[in-house]
Amino acid sequence: MKLYCLSGHPTLPCNVLKFKSTTIMLDCGLDMTSTLNFLPLPLVQSPRLSKLPGWVLKDGNTFLDKELKECSGHVFVDSVPEFCLPETELLDLSTVDVILISNYHCMMALPYITEYTGFTGTVYATEPTVQIGRLLMEELVNFIERVPKAQSASLWKNKEVQRLLPAPLKDAVEVSTWRRCYTMPEVNSALSKIQLVGYSQKIELFGAVQVTPLSSGYALGSSNWIIQSHYEKVSYVSGSSLLTTHPQAMDQASLKNSDVLILTGLTQIPTANPDGMVGEFCSNLAMTVRNGGNVLVPCYPSGVIYDLLECLYQYIDSAGLSNVPFYFISPVANSSLEFSQIFAEWLCHNKQTKVYLPEPPFPHAELIQTNKLKHYPSIHGDFSNDFKQPCVVFTGHPSLRFGDVVHFMELWGKSSLNTVIFTEPDFSYLEALAPYQPLAMKCVYCPIDTRLNFIQVSKLLKEVQPLHVVCPEQYTQPPPTQSHRTDLMIDCQPPAMSYRRAEVLTLPFKRRYEKIEIMPELADSLVPLEIKPGISLATVSAVLHTKDNKHVLQPPPKPAQPPASKKRKRVSDDAPECKPLKPLLSGSIPMDQFVQTLEKHGFSDVKVEDTAKGHIVLLQEAETLIQIEEDSTHIICDNDETLRVKLRDLVLKFLQKF
Amino acid sequence: MWREPWGGRLSSPPVPGAKARTAGLRGACGSAKKTRCIMDRECSQLLPSVCAVLADSRQLVADDTFLEKFLDWFKTLTETESSLLLLQENPCLTELITCVLKLKDPSSSTLSFILRLTGIFAASESCFQYLQQRELLISLFGEVGPLSSALWEEASVRSGWVQGVHSMVQHQSALHFLCSCGAIEVIFTLQGDPSLFVASAANQLLVHMLTFSLQSFQTKPENIKDCDWPICAQKLIVHIEESLKSNSASRIKQSLKLLTSVFGCCHDLWTEVLWSRLSEPIVYLLEEEPVHAGHSLVDLFLSMARSPVFSCPECSLWTSVTCALEHLNPAQVGRLAVGVLKLQECPQAVKIQALSVLLQPMDCVLKAASQPLEYPGLLNRSVNDSATVETLLSCRSSCASLLCQTLTHLEELQYLTCLPVDLPHIPLLQSVVTILQFCIGLATPASCLGNKISRILIGCFRVQRSALDILGALSHWESPSVFIGSVFDILLAYLKSPDTSPTVLKKSFQATLKWLVSLSEAPSSKDHWQQTEQFLQDLFLVLQKRLCSPYWEVRDSALEFLTLLVKHLREKEGFRQVLFSSEVPKLTEDLLEDPESYVRASAVTAMGQLSFLTHLISKKPGVENGNVKEKSIVAQLKEILSTDSEGFPRRAVISVFIDWLREGHPDVLKDTEQFVSSVLQAVNSDLDWEVKAGGLELAEVFSAQLLGRLGLAACPYAAVLSSATRSTHLSESLQIFCQVKLFEFLFGALCDCDRPVAQKACDILIALKAELCDESSLKEGTSAGLSTEARGIAWLEETLRRWSSCAKPCPRGDADEAGSQDPNGVLLVLRTVDLEGLHRSLNRSSDHIEKSPQSLLQDILATVGTLEENEADCY
Repeated sequence: MKLYCLSGHPTLPCNVLKFKSTTIMLDCGLDMTSTLNFLPLPLVQSPRLSKLPGWVLKDGNTFLDKELKECSGHVFVDSVPEFCLPETELLDLSTVDVILISNYHCMMALPYITEYTGFTGTVYATEPTVQIGRLLMEELVNFIERVPKAQSASLWKNKEVQRLLPAPLKDAVEVSTWRRCYTMPEVNSALSKIQLVGYSQKIELFGAVQVTPLSSGYALGSSNWIIQSHYEKVSYVSGSSLLTTHPQAMDQASLKNSDVLILTGLTQIPTANPDGMVGEFCSNLAMTVRNGGNVLVPCYPSGVIYDLLECLYQYIDSAGLSNVPFYFISPVANSSLEFSQIFAEWLCHNKQTKVYLPEPPFPHAELIQTNKLKHYPSIHGDFSNDFKQPCVVFTGHPSLRFGDVVHFMELWGKSSLNTVIFTEPDFSYLEALAPYQPLAMKCVYCPIDTRLNFIQVSKLLKEVQPLHVVCPEQYTQPPPTQSHRTDLMIDCQPPAMSYRRAEVLTLPFKRRYEKIEIMPELADSLVPLEIKPGISLATVSAVLHTKDNKHVLQPPPKPAQPPASKKRKRVSDDAPECKPLKPLLSGSIPMDQFVQTLEKHGFSDVKVEDTAKGHIVLLQEAETLIQIEEDSTHIICDNDETLRVKLRDLVLKFLQKF
Repeated sequence: MWREPWGGRLSSPPVPGAKARTAGLRGACGSAKKTRCIMDRECSQLLPSVCAVLADSRQLVADDTFLEKFLDWFKTLTETESSLLLLQENPCLTELITCVLKLKDPSSSTLSFILRLTGIFAASESCFQYLQQRELLISLFGEVGPLSSALWEEASVRSGWVQGVHSMVQHQSALHFLCSCGAIEVIFTLQGDPSLFVASAANQLLVHMLTFSLQSFQTKPENIKDCDWPICAQKLIVHIEESLKSNSASRIKQSLKLLTSVFGCCHDLWTEVLWSRLSEPIVYLLEEEPVHAGHSLVDLFLSMARSPVFSCPECSLWTSVTCALEHLNPAQVGRLAVGVLKLQECPQAVKIQALSVLLQPMDCVLKAASQPLEYPGLLNRSVNDSATVETLLSCRSSCASLLCQTLTHLEELQYLTCLPVDLPHIPLLQSVVTILQFCIGLATPASCLGNKISRILIGCFRVQRSALDILGALSHWESPSVFIGSVFDILLAYLKSPDTSPTVLKKSFQATLKWLVSLSEAPSSKDHWQQTEQFLQDLFLVLQKRLCSPYWEVRDSALEFLTLLVKHLREKEGFRQVLFSSEVPKLTEDLLEDPESYVRASAVTAMGQLSFLTHLISKKPGVENGNVKEKSIVAQLKEILSTDSEGFPRRAVISVFIDWLREGHPDVLKDTEQFVSSVLQAVNSDLDWEVKAGGLELAEVFSAQLLGRLGLAACPYAAVLSSATRSTHLSESLQIFCQVKLFEFLFGALCDCDRPVAQKACDILIALKAELCDESSLKEGTSAGLSTEARGIAWLEETLRRWSSCAKPCPRGDADEAGSQDPNGVLLVLRTVDLEGLHRSLNRSSDHIEKSPQSLLQDILATVGTLEENEADCY
């Protein structure tokens, strides 16, 4: 059993598991942090960005000044943003049989895999994952395609050139494999390969393994996966949460008794408690608005935003913010808000019960109804007519490199009354803000990551008790910035196996059994012999038939009836085959009784020596040695076959035959 | 709930008969019967019926609290009257005992009652003899009595037996009786009774028997073994000794508990003899591995250490205490250490050792987070084996509790007026800061133990709370700047952290306040001011955020903290500057409209304090609209007082107004009469008794201030006014009282259905009467023909009714007409109403009539009657 690790990002995993005869890809996350190296794509012409000076090498060479721009001491690529794909060279991705998706954030690289690698298999995901994943992809494509950029930078990717660049460009990995965003036709084609599944549904893969999605509690439709054969069980835990937020609660019990547990997608900010962060978010929002400032919340169009809106729904009246407009701007804002209300079966218990009242499960419906929350596909059109300040704007993209958020950063960045509140943990807020410097607006970092923290992981592992844990290497050591926090790592016995990008792990786990079925007629013919109470044995002669990874013992083909005239010949031909099979022996030889028997049969000078594996019986007079071990007995005598047979028969008296 | 504002101040039960008090206004004096503790004729007549009921096994007394009250009554009776006479005059009592003894199947509650009743009577020696002659005592307390019956299985019967014996042991005859009838062995058995109540009562009984039997031994006998101690005492001591030497943990604990009580309640010289006899087995207990009954040993040593008998430095007790400090588990020994440190008389060496015991866990923590030689540590040498402490600290189950205990004990020491040993407060401060750093993952572990402690403590609220408590307590020591800096850093970390729980946040605020107040009061405050100012700037930024928190508890804590901060530091110019350059005052004002009533109440209190400062600030150029804003705050608070639907904010407003009046708030001083008048009018219609009580306090302050200002207050140092001047001032003050409608308010409150309100109103009126209705005014009044007789009761009633209707809020413009009180009429009313009588009647609790023994006896009979009726109903 092998695990091919194609992504180094612990929360955007992409691993391939080879298990029995199947090749299963576990998630295909897209690492978008590469976009932080690019200049933002403004929706409206930005004089500030267009006037940024080109970057000049120390020796005055200007050949890169068209591709690289300098802003407040940082260098950015002036080109269409590109993404860092999962590793494609480690194994032939066309051999992947299935892709299992655990949540909508972990499928963003799907079009690159399904459309470019010769993939012919099936993708499995839950319905909300597919629908919201589609929205995220649509939004991403829309953000990038609506601001066409003629220029495509490639000079800087040259290894020799890259070496000369300042950090972080200098240290960016595998820049040559970075790719532009996919297109909508590619998205549609990729999504068409998905087969929808429900929680606890058992899916047979070629008869070899069975895969089952389980609720993971992190997002709408998010799943962990069980991959099991008859005797082996691998659990894949990716992006799970034990907090009571909107999704259905995590199913922990089904993860029990795993041979291997692959653990990814833990919280990215283990020191930030989501509850505390929501409090921070609300306090900072209220303070800004009370002082007449605007609040910008860069976010994804689905996920934590639902919880934030619910929290604000309860808070705005008490904080005196009833008259402050909340805007949600995204090409998929409307679909996202509406989708959230229709996936009742995927929601937590409280929200499910609301549907039967009937009430919308999320209170943002009421916010929309009372005009407190307004949503728009973009800043153009209706929004510009309705726009009132001070206000709160939720919009993407959290990287601040594309989407409507770029416009608001440019618009509000100059005033210290305004605040940008980062709630998505995927991007370093300082790096995200770098091309906007110098910035007067206040920045608040309130990352809300509801995924498992290390305390919860420790409890989970104690509960489900897997034999082996496999996880990204980042989880096996304290965070680099807090090396003394040994509580921020996985602590389990035996220690977790770690992986990094482009590594192949041989999982510490050997398959010992295989299930074989016996045809009824063959079973009928067996004559079991009880060798000890409760255990019977029988010898079987059969043909092993294997098809679709299923093994069946069938009765051996009956020899064709030979013509009578040839009877004699047949007898002579088959004579060796008809030789009765030697019976199988079992049992152990009690030494005292054996010695007594030997003495009874005239062997007077019997000596017994204990060895590491058993005993040696010495018959000194007969110059014979009987070596008795757990699984073999040897009689060593000097060419005296009669003696040997006699001794053999004495040994056999103590053993059972069948 | 997270907090209990106004804890326990629930509305008092309405006084039965506010109407009756109105009757009192007409001059009727309360004439309720005095509670009687004697056996009067009525009771003697009722008693035989009650005894008959109690002796009848078919007639169960449903409510056994009656029996308790019955016993209490007899206890009081026997203390004041002759028990023997009581029995002789009321033969039904002896008959009752005899009857119950004869009952085949008495109820357990009746039997228990009889045992206790008999014990109460037998406390008197003559009565004891009387009962003994009738063989009642032996039948009840001897082996043939309840002891051998099936009812002995009932804990209530055993408890009654023990209590009966306890009451009886007041004379030597009782002791002889108990020794001879084998009762002592029964008591020994009952020490280990499955019912904790019985076991505890048996233990207390043994303590009583021992101290009682030895109370005559005031001098130290020459030879302990041959001393002529009473047999009973000897039996007891042998029993204790045997128990201490037994291997039974429960017996050892019982004996230690017994000794703890003996040494705690009796400080006679014989206790020293007792200790010298028992010290050996006790010290032996300390040397066992592991030590059993550690907590009981600590209790014993603390009890002994507090006794003057053992205070001498040469006493062997101190050797045992030293041994205990060394041998007991660190988790148990902390209580002993802190107890020793609190003692006045104790050898210095023991105190030093006790302090070392307390400091050892702190030392371990400090070392776990710092490189060797970085800090000198807390201890010069380790007294105990530090390995034990380290083991406890590295274990999840014991680490937090050991640290919490140690921190609490060390905090207790901070409040001692005179600490007997030198406390290394700087390293202690460092170790507390280190613990707090560990708790939020800021400390860098320097050892394996440090790693373990770090993992255990991160996010441990219990330890955070205890550490913040002691951090606050350590503020009274003078500390160098560098340590103040580290304290400010850790406090800010806790105040800023979104993960700080509301309770920990509250503790952080408390500690912050203590440090700021201590630093501002310290002689070196100027040296630290720059550091403090920077801290205050950061603090107000945090406070600003906390005031906007979505959690009401957090907003509330922040406001309470702000209130206290302003109260203590408002004299500091620098503080005021930092405060008013922040958004905090504006946010506080916004919170007057918070949806949560507790928060509104706290915002009101905070604004009450802030408004003193806005006045100071407004005098300076550059601050806008100080006056205008201040006026609006008064108006806002008045609006809350008259319109807020919740009681808490209204109570807060009235408290603020009282403070303003008392401290001479500039806005109140502008027109005090108008202010008081409007507030009283608003309060008068309030249904909350606390708001009303607040209004009364305001009225009291106002009247005292006015009388004082006019030189009329009863102050021994005030200049004596001439009678003419006094008379003028009196009429002036009376005039003002009438203008603000003070008497309408007070008489209205006097009729209030809440007793505390009526009581307070009555007190104020009595005080005013004393000031205003002196002899001269009385004469004046009479000469003017204004006697009560002249006006009649009808006039009084009519006047009060009119005042009552006038006191209610009326439309603007009608106020003058409504407030047309006639000062002379007021004086007349004050003189006419029997305020003193009312005062007496109000001071009685509402159930004073029901408490009389006669009522009790009638109740017992009535209950039985009801039971019978119910029985009849069933058929």
